[in-house]
Amino acid sequence: MDYTLVVALEMIRAIAWLVLLASGLAIIFGMMRIINFAHGEFLMLGGYTVVISTNAGVNEWVSILILAPVVVGVFGIIVERLVIQRLYGRILDSLLATWGLSMLMMGGVTMIFGNTVQGVSTPFGGMKIGAYQVPIYNFVLIGFAVLVLVAIWCVLKFTKAGLIARATMQNADMAEALGIRTRWVYMTTFGIGSAITGLAGGLLAPVTGVVPTMGMNLVGQSFITVITGGASVIAGTLSSATLLGTISQGVTFLTGPVYGDAALLVTALVLLRLLPQGITGRIFKRSL
Amino acid sequence: MSHLLEVSGLSAAYGLVPALHRVDFHADRGEVVGILGHNGMGKTTLMRAIMGYVKVTGGEIRFEDTSVLGQPVNARARAGIGLVPQGRQIFPNLSVEENLQVGIPGKAAVVAQTVEEMLELFPRLKRLLDRRGGALSGGEQQLLALARCLCRRPKLMLLDEPTEGIQPSIIDEISETLAALTQKVDITIVLVEQNLEFIAGLSKRVYAISNGVLEKEIPRAELTDSRSVSAFMGFTA
Ligand SMILES: Nc1ncnc2c1ncn2[C@@H]1O[C@H](COP(=O)(O)OP(=O)(O)O)[C@@H](O)[C@H]1O
Ligand SMILES: [Mg+2]
Repeated sequence: MDYTLVVALEMIRAIAWLVLLASGLAIIFGMMRIINFAHGEFLMLGGYTVVISTNAGVNEWVSILILAPVVVGVFGIIVERLVIQRLYGRILDSLLATWGLSMLMMGGVTMIFGNTVQGVSTPFGGMKIGAYQVPIYNFVLIGFAVLVLVAIWCVLKFTKAGLIARATMQNADMAEALGIRTRWVYMTTFGIGSAITGLAGGLLAPVTGVVPTMGMNLVGQSFITVITGGASVIAGTLSSATLLGTISQGVTFLTGPVYGDAALLVTALVLLRLLPQGITGRIFKRSL
Repeated sequence: MSHLLEVSGLSAAYGLVPALHRVDFHADRGEVVGILGHNGMGKTTLMRAIMGYVKVTGGEIRFEDTSVLGQPVNARARAGIGLVPQGRQIFPNLSVEENLQVGIPGKAAVVAQTVEEMLELFPRLKRLLDRRGGALSGGEQQLLALARCLCRRPKLMLLDEPTEGIQPSIIDEISETLAALTQKVDITIVLVEQNLEFIAGLSKRVYAISNGVLEKEIPRAELTDSRSVSAFMGFTA
């Protein structure tokens, strides 16, 4: 019984992990069609923000919930103005440019902070479920994954700004003719996608620690989740994170983490063979 | 009083290929001006140049006595120019209601009120409100495109081939709605079309456009006779 509970909890944590990794990218790639190859480094930047500021004496929660999203959000807006705004509709060019950016960021952070793992303490410690020790922070991750999805959904569905963003991403030329300043919409949307990524990086930092190359491990999982999900931000991220998280974590329990990662890849490959437009390209088409 | 829209000596080109050559025309407040032309003659280019999508190579576009040439599309829209583009350009994954709401400036109450008014004008859209824009028929999309444009209460509406590929019953509906609208509110319409009957039914003045050149006005008397219009436009019936 306890074991089942722990396994179920681990699966939900794996799903939450993918949701956090992928939500910002779902906005930037799923919605805006910009391949941000530096997505892993945006996460890394969020993580470093938390580690550096916490070690400098800032309250850890302030670092995670405020500083990380603000720093990465502002960084995203600067990147959008300097690079991305020239690349809308040029998906391959966006890949090359952001690939360059990712190396630049890795190099820059290595130069400033060195190539060693740094960390902060994981808040809250552990709790016991029967004979098993479970980190309470897992519940924090799960809670924030839910919160991030609900927040994005509410903004897209119920606010004028969300409606304007959706219209602009579907047909920017037409949105212009309705008086919408689409350049501004693109910039803001990219900034929000970056801020969410920064928050995710900040939340993950206490678990993973930070190192300049950490983005390389995360960018793959993020893209697989978003591509498997398809174009719709909420339904896509949620459905593919659920599927991939459950299967990879299930396999991890049965055979170990290496096969778990492999299972994630294989599942994604099979799914994309069957549904080339991702899950929401075929079902939940109308959803956000 | 001066003209609402004044286009003078307007030229535009795609790369080195000219598409508009020294176009002159104007539209006054409250009138419907029609421009008749066959495929590829430059109608859409003219609409898109006025709206701001197409870079002009010469001439001037003045709206309410102000040059709009330096302004981006969204600024021209906010100044009061609306476009119903060729092909309708409905947002496919927004609902019909959202397609209407998205361009309406102002608070939620104003938005709801404006949508209500549009539904009075286009009753056919009422039962479609929750449908995806992309799931509508061509005719329904055309009505939606008109309503979406009117939601912003434009002073000038640019209409690019609203009858293209639309079933006759809806063409009549569009024609009647526009005729009623021009009676009710103070709106100026520039309409480009290939459909002679539609343009003749609505427009006060009609010009012919041929290879990017705006020909002189077609006298109203000749508009009712399709053979003389064909002759006027350089085709023999
Ligand atoms: N995007 C474009 N690039 C190059 N040429 C174009 C483009 N759009 C239109 N043209 C050319 O400009 C001319 C006028 O086209 P258009 O304004 O679309 O005509 P109409 O709307 O009267 O059918 C045509 O010869 C067309 O081939
Ligand atoms: Mg055309």
